[in-house]
Parts: sequence; C-alpha cells; structure tokens
Amino acid sequence: MSAGAETGTAPPISEAQVSAAPRTLSAVLRRLKNPALAALFPVAVVVFWHFATYGRKFSLIPPPSEVAIQLYDLSFGGIWDDAFSLTMHVHLLASLSRVYGGFALACAVALPLGLMIGRLPLVRQLLDPTLQVLRPIPVTAWLPLAMIIFGLGPRSAVFLVFLGAFYPILINTIFGVRSVDPRLFEAASMLGCEGTAQFFKVVLPASLPAIFTGLRLGLGFAWVVIVVGEMTGVQTGLGAIIMEARQLSRTEIVISGMIVIGIAGFISDRLVMLIGRRLLRWSPNNV
Amino acid sequence: MSDTALPILELKGLTKQFEFNGDRIDALRDAHLRVSKGEFVCLIGASGCGKSTLLRIVAGFEKATRGSVLMWGKPIEGPAPDRGMVFQDYGLFPWLTVRRNIAFGPTSRGRPAAEIRETVEHFVDLVGLQRFADAYPHQLSGGMKQRVAIARVLANDAQMVLMDEPFGALDAMTRERLQDELLDIWQRTGLTVLFVTHSIEEAIFLADRVVVMSPGPGRIESQMEITLPRPRDVVAPDFNDIRRELSLRLHSHHARKAA
Repeated sequence: MSAGAETGTAPPISEAQVSAAPRTLSAVLRRLKNPALAALFPVAVVVFWHFATYGRKFSLIPPPSEVAIQLYDLSFGGIWDDAFSLTMHVHLLASLSRVYGGFALACAVALPLGLMIGRLPLVRQLLDPTLQVLRPIPVTAWLPLAMIIFGLGPRSAVFLVFLGAFYPILINTIFGVRSVDPRLFEAASMLGCEGTAQFFKVVLPASLPAIFTGLRLGLGFAWVVIVVGEMTGVQTGLGAIIMEARQLSRTEIVISGMIVIGIAGFISDRLVMLIGRRLLRWSPNNV
Repeated sequence: MSDTALPILELKGLTKQFEFNGDRIDALRDAHLRVSKGEFVCLIGASGCGKSTLLRIVAGFEKATRGSVLMWGKPIEGPAPDRGMVFQDYGLFPWLTVRRNIAFGPTSRGRPAAEIRETVEHFVDLVGLQRFADAYPHQLSGGMKQRVAIARVLANDAQMVLMDEPFGALDAMTRERLQDELLDIWQRTGLTVLFVTHSIEEAIFLADRVVVMSPGPGRIESQMEITLPRPRDVVAPDFNDIRRELSLRLHSHHARKAA
C-alpha cells in the first residue's frame, strides 16, 4: 500500500514502479534462489535415504533408485512387466475423479450451506450445533458406516473424500460471510443497494477471500483422505494400489504411490491458487 | 435564505438513547437544527457529544428514540441515495476498482450503461483520479481513497453529503488539500454539507455555520455563523478571534461541571 503525503498534483504512486524489474544477472540469480532453496531439503533427504538403504540385503525400505525404477515401470512399463506395469494412469485417473468428484460435491453442499448459516440466524440455530458435534469425528471413523450405507466401491470413496473436504469449506465460508465489514452494508444501502442485491454485491465478493481459503484447504484434505477413501474395496486408485502393494510387501510401489499423491496434490493446489490470484487481485492479502 | 423557506434538513427534538449495562444513556438529547439547501454546516464537539450519532440518524443508519428528522419536510425512514455518507475509514468496496466504486450507486439504481459511463468519467475527473481509475482501493493513498468516497456519493446524485471526520485519518498536508478541493466541489455543485469534525480550525475554515455540541448528555450547545470571506486565512486575526470564541464555548461545560 502506498500511504503517505500527497505532494503536488501528481498522486504518489507511478506506473513505473509497477513495471517488471530489469533482467540482469543478479536478477536471474535472485530468481533461481527460491527454487534452489526449495530443492535443497528433498535432495538431502534422498541422499540420506540412499546411503541408509543402498546395498543392504535385508533393508525393508528400498533405496531411492529402486523406487525410481518402479515409478518408471508403473508409468511407462517395459521393465518388470507384472500386474502393476503401465497402470499408473489408470490409478491416477481413478483417484483424480474421486478427489474432484468428492470435492465438487463438498462445494455444492458446503458453499450454499455456509452462506445460509452465515447470513440466516434461523439456519444457524438449526444446523450449527449438529455440525459442530459431527466435525471432530475423523473420516477414518466414518469408513465402516460409509461401506454399509454406500456399499463397497467408489461411492464410499467419494463420500469419504466429500467428508474430508466439506468442513474446511463450510467453516471458512461461514467465517467469511460473518466477518464482512458492517460499514460496507451501510455504504451499499446509502447508495441504493438493498436486500437480496446486497447479498450478491456485498456479501459474496467480500467473503470470497475466506471462501477461497476454504476451497484450498478442502481440496488439500480431499487428497489427504484419498487413501482412506480407497480402503473401501475399490480396485483402482492411488490409495488402492498402495494398500494392495502393502499386502504384497512391494514397498517401492507404496512409496511410488505416495510420491504421485504428493505431486498431484501439489499441482491441484497450485491450480486453485492461480485461479484465486486472478479472482482476488483486489485483495491486499492475496492468497 | 429566509427562515420561512422549507429547509432541506430539519431536526426537531431529536433524542437518541442507548442501553448500557441496564442504564439509559442519552447519546443525544433534544437536538433542534435547521439546515438550508446549499449550506455548509460543521458539527464540532468532544467525543461523546453525539455529533456522529446525529449524523448517523440523518443518514438513516440509526433510528431516533424520540423527535423527528425531516428532509424537505418528509421524515427520513432509512438510508437513501439522496443522502450520502463519507466515512472516516472510507468504506470503499475493496474488490471494485475506482471506476466501479463510483459506478456502484448508479448501477444499483439501474441507470442506463451509457449514462453510468459518462457520470463515472465526470466524477473521476472532478476528483482528479484519471490515472488511478482502474486501481483497487488498497493501491491508493488515504487521500485518494477519500476522494473516491466523495466521488461515489456525488455520482449518486446526493443532495446532501454527510461527512464523519472524513479527513481525520489523513496527514496535515493531504487534509489541507482535500479541504480546498471539497470547498471547490461544494461551491461548484451547490451541495448541502453536514460535516463532523473535532478540529475547531477545520470547522471555521470550511463552514457557513458551526454547531457546537457538548457531551454528557450529548446536545447542541450553541451555533455560530461564520461570515469570513473565502478563501479563509487560518492565521488571520479575525480567524483567531473566532477560534478563541469557539474554544471557549467548547470548554465552557467543563467549567460548569467543575463548579
């Protein structure tokens, strides 16, 4: 923000300050600094992992090179040619559809519900206590009940992902709606914007930053619970393949699955952030 | 203006009570005030004198406990576009650009798009924000934000502008500039301004008439016409005479309480 005294007729901030920095060598180095720092720790972990496991006959944890080969075989095949070769895209797609399916369902329920609980005292009194009691119950605890209600298979998985994503979206939406600056309602009504129009022109945009935080957290949780969600007897999915590999003591497949979940979750978080940055350009504390 | 003409604003026996720990506090007691069209009236007083409460009742944000508020002889029922408030903390919509903030009123009232565009450009020019018309509020300085807030009210065809210590959060230089600009806009548009401040100097510099209020209970103590020619010189002897007189009036109730 550019607070400060205004001098002369020209206002204090100029467009020049907004333009891109000059491309000098030091600027390039500065740009590389963050990725380099971010890579330092994982590289150190892999090096430690390698020396702790490589060449030991009875190590229960495979060395990173074996995991890399396994990951390649899962993704592109041609190395082991077993039941797991060239199946990664199937599992990834299955998990993606459950994560985004459950997440979309959670949005569809939690967003309108959160807006109503935030704005309408009656709905709040009716539903909020129940939701607060249900909230601490872990998704894992829902697993048996989900399998009874929705049966073995993907429907249970989607339900569990839905549960994981539901509360962060709901809580943040309620928070966003309830913390709209009352001044903005006064401003809107004196400018001739009243009633339901205020909901769309004030409440919704004002609570968008909090709603976006909720969406981001919700999608994160959707990825977190995908393994539990796929313990429901589905045949495909990153969670399913991890569970199956565990029973076969194929730890390198387990680790491969973990890596793919991490990367997929990271990319989908980045996508949400990109959308958020566009929509919330106006916000001084942009996500 | 003659006393018989219908005033744009008239307060009769205006009283506002708040409940506080089971007690009834008179934030404002039995206030009478007539404001003519085009008049610039400043309300001054210490905190708790009810000046902001009075302004918020005129804006329609709060209801009076007793008494009446009339605009052109008709009771004020709630907030409406004919009275616009300029808040000390701006109250701009942070998700809208300068242009869209100014367009908010006309858009809400369903004016045709071409007319809105024209109105917005006119008021962007009037407050000198052409270069920042597409900036968001958080990119603006305090003075620029307050210009947007003023333009937003004017773009909505407000007849009366209510200003609640609008320049209180600004630095001295910016405040002086905005005072000059406000007077300029007021003289060009024939608006009626009701301006709350705690600065005696600001009140004398701006107002046709200064209304002195005092706290405990909040009430209108006295009024004073300021007839100095504009632009006013804040270090001129006659300006200082008025400043001394108003200062005495503002502090007289302390003396009375002590006695």
